[in-house]
Amino acid sequence: MEHSKSARCSITRAGEGALAIGPRKIGAPHGPARDDTAVIEAHGAIEAIWRIESARLIAGLARIVGDIGTAEELAQDALIAALEQWPTEGVPERPGPWLMGTARHRAIDLIRRRQTLERKHEELGRDLELSREVNDLDTRIEEELDDDPLGLMFMACHPILSKDARVALTLRVLGGLKMDEIARAFLVPASTIAQRIVRAKRTLAEAHVRFEMPGRSERVKRLASVLEVIYLIFNEGFAATAGKDWVRPALCDEALRLGRILAELVPDESEVHGLVSLMEIQASRLPARVGPFGEPVLLLDQDRSRWDRLLIRRGLAALSRAETLGGALGPYALQAAIAACHARAATSAETDWPRIAALYDALAQVAPSTVVELNRAVAIGMAFGPAAGLDLVDALVHEPSLGAYHLLPAVRGDLLRKLGRSEEARAEFERAASLTQNARERELLQRRAAECAADGVAG
Amino acid sequence: MRVLIMAKEGAVSDVPAAPTPEAMAAYQKFNEELVKAGVVLEAGRLYPSSQSKRVLFDGKKRTVIDGPFAETKELIAGYWLWQVRSIDEALEWLKRAPYDGGTFEVRQVLDYEGR
Repeated sequence: MEHSKSARCSITRAGEGALAIGPRKIGAPHGPARDDTAVIEAHGAIEAIWRIESARLIAGLARIVGDIGTAEELAQDALIAALEQWPTEGVPERPGPWLMGTARHRAIDLIRRRQTLERKHEELGRDLELSREVNDLDTRIEEELDDDPLGLMFMACHPILSKDARVALTLRVLGGLKMDEIARAFLVPASTIAQRIVRAKRTLAEAHVRFEMPGRSERVKRLASVLEVIYLIFNEGFAATAGKDWVRPALCDEALRLGRILAELVPDESEVHGLVSLMEIQASRLPARVGPFGEPVLLLDQDRSRWDRLLIRRGLAALSRAETLGGALGPYALQAAIAACHARAATSAETDWPRIAALYDALAQVAPSTVVELNRAVAIGMAFGPAAGLDLVDALVHEPSLGAYHLLPAVRGDLLRKLGRSEEARAEFERAASLTQNARERELLQRRAAECAADGVAG
Repeated sequence: MRVLIMAKEGAVSDVPAAPTPEAMAAYQKFNEELVKAGVVLEAGRLYPSSQSKRVLFDGKKRTVIDGPFAETKELIAGYWLWQVRSIDEALEWLKRAPYDGGTFEVRQVLDYEGR
């Protein structure tokens, strides 16, 4: 069978379309005719199976064929086959192995063709890289390794790619999200995401990034990139940088899921547990972070009875796992420990600010940044009085990296107001409001500016 | 979304003897797969309903009733709390469970407002 590149691409698009069928109606009283219902139910099941299996499938195929682009195309081909066969023949008892078996056949096909091509090159005296690969092909296609998805994570989060590309590729190949789902989450056109992913795959191919497990020293660096990508996804959901929504919980869910999967794949890496802990505890506040009109509610003003106790418990457990592994001073574990201080306080008045300030001191040592410094100033202001906090913030005012960062004037405004300098505080809140890209946050900051103005009148 | 998977009592606690080691191993393998996939948030088994109590509310009156209760098929013997992306995903996972009898119910947990 001829598998031209362009034919596969068009099939891939068909696959996207086929899966985009509307949501399955469960028990709809006036549903479509019986046959259609069966088809729609099969589609619902196939979509769910794809979500469950795609990462493992693409990972296993990437290990066989080497590159992520081909692996995804082969996986999509298997999905097309399922969409053609399952609605009429029924969903197989073990759909995962069915998909893998189908895709493997095509992968072997592809490699045999590469092999033939390779022999021709060999006759021409060309250096062979692929033949070595082909020799151990049989081993590679027979086994399915538990840590295949880890290899795929390393690939999708390869430092050669831009952060945007890593995020998009990770959600696509590890999250099993469709282009339009990723696009919707990041408020960009689907074509932008599609381009980003195509370009990312091309970059990986051109740099000959192959599916492999990095060695010990390389691994730490590569793992850091994976953690960074997962936390970027989480943060985009937790505090949407732009748009009219303050939070987009679906992105937090995806990031948490990836983090939990990663924690099972590399259970000995303390920072993975640190990151999971941080995300679990932060996510526990999602129900309290939005007021009745969709407005943001800041940490200290939140109704703590709305915090998700289950996620807090999971977060604290993950933190203690990170600490048991000797990772208490890892940057993520430290941030998780700070989040845990808030989670443990029954009321905001009971917050252990001296401890939080000490944790920020430690964080400023292991992962110094102006943002950490700003947070440290907040903690010190809470622990030792607003004047001490303001001293630190004032030292940051001329930091170029914070020039457009709305939280710097927001924090400064807060401290000034506590010191009774309402007029200066008002100016700072207004400046912060003009800097944020998020509509909800802008309203909040404008309200705080108005409160300061009222202070002035009252005082 | 979160879903609650409830094992109906008829399915689990009616089993007279303790589950065979093979069945336990199969269950553990399945549960492990779920955990590895980041699906399980929480899991638990309950004591048989013969040891349970009910509290009935009628206006200001509260009545406590001791088990056992007649309608065992409707009673819950164990539960899972899963994080999934659709009910279909939950169903696909549940179908893979290594049980050869019993009834399981899948219910979506209501999200907080604004979600």
